[in-house]
Amino acid sequence: MTAPVSIRNATKTFGDFTALDDVSLEIAAGEFIVLLGPSGCGKTTLLSLLGGFLSPTSGTIEIDGKDMGDVAPAKRPTTTMFQDYALFPHMTLRDNVAFGLKMRKVGKAERHAKAEELLDMVGLKTSANKKPHELSGGQRQRVALARALAVEPDVLLLDEPLGALDLKLRRQMQDELKAIQKRVGTTFVHVTHDQEEAMAIADRIVVMNAGKIEDVGSPENIYMKPKTLFSASFMGEVNFIPGTLESATETTLTIKTPLGSVELPAFDHAGFTPDSQVTLAIRPEHFRASTGTGPRVTLGKAKVEDGSFFGTHHRAHLNPLDYPGMTVTAHMPQSAIIEPGAWVELTLDPSSVVLLPGHPPHPMQESTAS
Amino acid sequence: MISSRFSKLLSWSYLAALYAFIFLPVAVLVLFSFQDGRLPVPPFNGATLKWYGEVFADSRLMSALGNSLMVALGSATVACVLGFCAAYGLARFVLPASRLQRGLLIAPMTVSYLIIALGLLTTFNWVGVSLSLWTVGIGHVVINLPLCFAIIYASMGDHQKNIERAARDLGAAEWQVMTQVSAPMLMPSILAAFFLSVTFSWDEFIIAFLLSRFDVTLPVEIWSMLRSGLNPKTNAVGSVVFLVSVALLLILELIVFRRTAKK
Repeated sequence: MTAPVSIRNATKTFGDFTALDDVSLEIAAGEFIVLLGPSGCGKTTLLSLLGGFLSPTSGTIEIDGKDMGDVAPAKRPTTTMFQDYALFPHMTLRDNVAFGLKMRKVGKAERHAKAEELLDMVGLKTSANKKPHELSGGQRQRVALARALAVEPDVLLLDEPLGALDLKLRRQMQDELKAIQKRVGTTFVHVTHDQEEAMAIADRIVVMNAGKIEDVGSPENIYMKPKTLFSASFMGEVNFIPGTLESATETTLTIKTPLGSVELPAFDHAGFTPDSQVTLAIRPEHFRASTGTGPRVTLGKAKVEDGSFFGTHHRAHLNPLDYPGMTVTAHMPQSAIIEPGAWVELTLDPSSVVLLPGHPPHPMQESTAS
Repeated sequence: MISSRFSKLLSWSYLAALYAFIFLPVAVLVLFSFQDGRLPVPPFNGATLKWYGEVFADSRLMSALGNSLMVALGSATVACVLGFCAAYGLARFVLPASRLQRGLLIAPMTVSYLIIALGLLTTFNWVGVSLSLWTVGIGHVVINLPLCFAIIYASMGDHQKNIERAARDLGAAEWQVMTQVSAPMLMPSILAAFFLSVTFSWDEFIIAFLLSRFDVTLPVEIWSMLRSGLNPKTNAVGSVVFLVSVALLLILELIVFRRTAKK
């Protein structure tokens, strides 16, 4: 089963602290949504509002068109997969998975059959008689998923479910989670602070910061066309180059930066007025396109400070000739030879540059994902 | 070398002295319950099971033993149920003056059994409840409830809170959460509280003495036997009481602590 979710102007305050500040979000039925942000950004609060563990100070939450205002967690068409799994330690896996059906007064034979079917889906059919303490972390995770899906919720809420797993297992579980979501078609709302995890599984990512939504979009859009400085820096390593918009014509924007004037095509940067403060956001890997055909912009020459090899690329720190106080991070091709002191050209495809309003708080430093 | 052997010897003797201090009275009691003679005092004349035979043939002792078991099991059950409910309420919900309530629940532990017995006796007289095994049972609930509450409350952590939240999320009503999730999950500590309550009730004398009339518990019956003087039969029945307490402790050890160790 599946249903759309509609969050309208939801605000949640705890005393003086505003955990969630006038948040509105429409989630389509069957969508895999990831709420992404640093701790304290309000993502878990939003999930708790959906699950009914907290009620909003103001605003409404609708699931499948029905207002959830006075509906207790037990009565909502949602189930939650908790970070610490929260399996019932005294029950077998079969009884754990069948618990929700038992509460819905489903007969023993029927609920056991359903539980075994779900355990089979997560690859634990042969362990149905085991207790949770006999399982590894990844297996417990799977049982928690099966238990939450057994009651066929319209919306499954996942509260950092992969946080306790090691990296390799986490990547594997991400793939499984996504495959299972596609199979059952339930709306998934998944909370995480790991942007790689978000990109790996989400249909749409919701980037949150300080109780507000910063950005909403597909992983590609959020990464390549972020709408805010926060969103750009949270999704991965990025160079921020502050500047001022000098002139805007129908086709071209001219931006004055410490590294000289940069001309960008105007079509995807609407809404900027001359003399406004802007920032160029450039991903380190976009410097790689220094050879080849197509339109190019250049930020002048830069001196290589140091470099390290990351397998898929070299990560190098560069000092621009025009502004030696600034450090630019660039990814160079695998085959490149990085020699400190050498000079390289900072060349880019203009379409890869993102123009953002405002200046970063620390304009001369690179920002990295936290 | 010598000094290390000496200190080893010293520590072993200390250990032996310590255990002798604790267990010698019991050992002497048990030893002279086998005394072949009329007096449970040295010298030991040889072993006989005669006195145990007399104990089990004594209908008053046997009915007192039955009463004791009934009161112990009944009062421990009630104390555990009430203690669990109180602990669940105070650990899981925001209640007014919860610190004060916790304090009030545990406070009877600091009051002597004699004072509790006197208070209950006055209350029962005032209300017009006549003394019986029921009143003894009520007295034992009063002394064991704080213990049960404290043990069960201490074992209710935040991890279990999340598990209970999961149960509610899956559609369980509050009573279903309590009976199907919380209580089974806390079973080791509930059983620990239960068996401790049973042993305390089983051994308790003052409350049982002051709050009973015609039917009495075993410690009260033993006390009335003692008034006619020492004899190996009292030792034998004392040994039986001790044996039951040890058995209860072993059960506790086996079920409760093995279960916890497994996790």
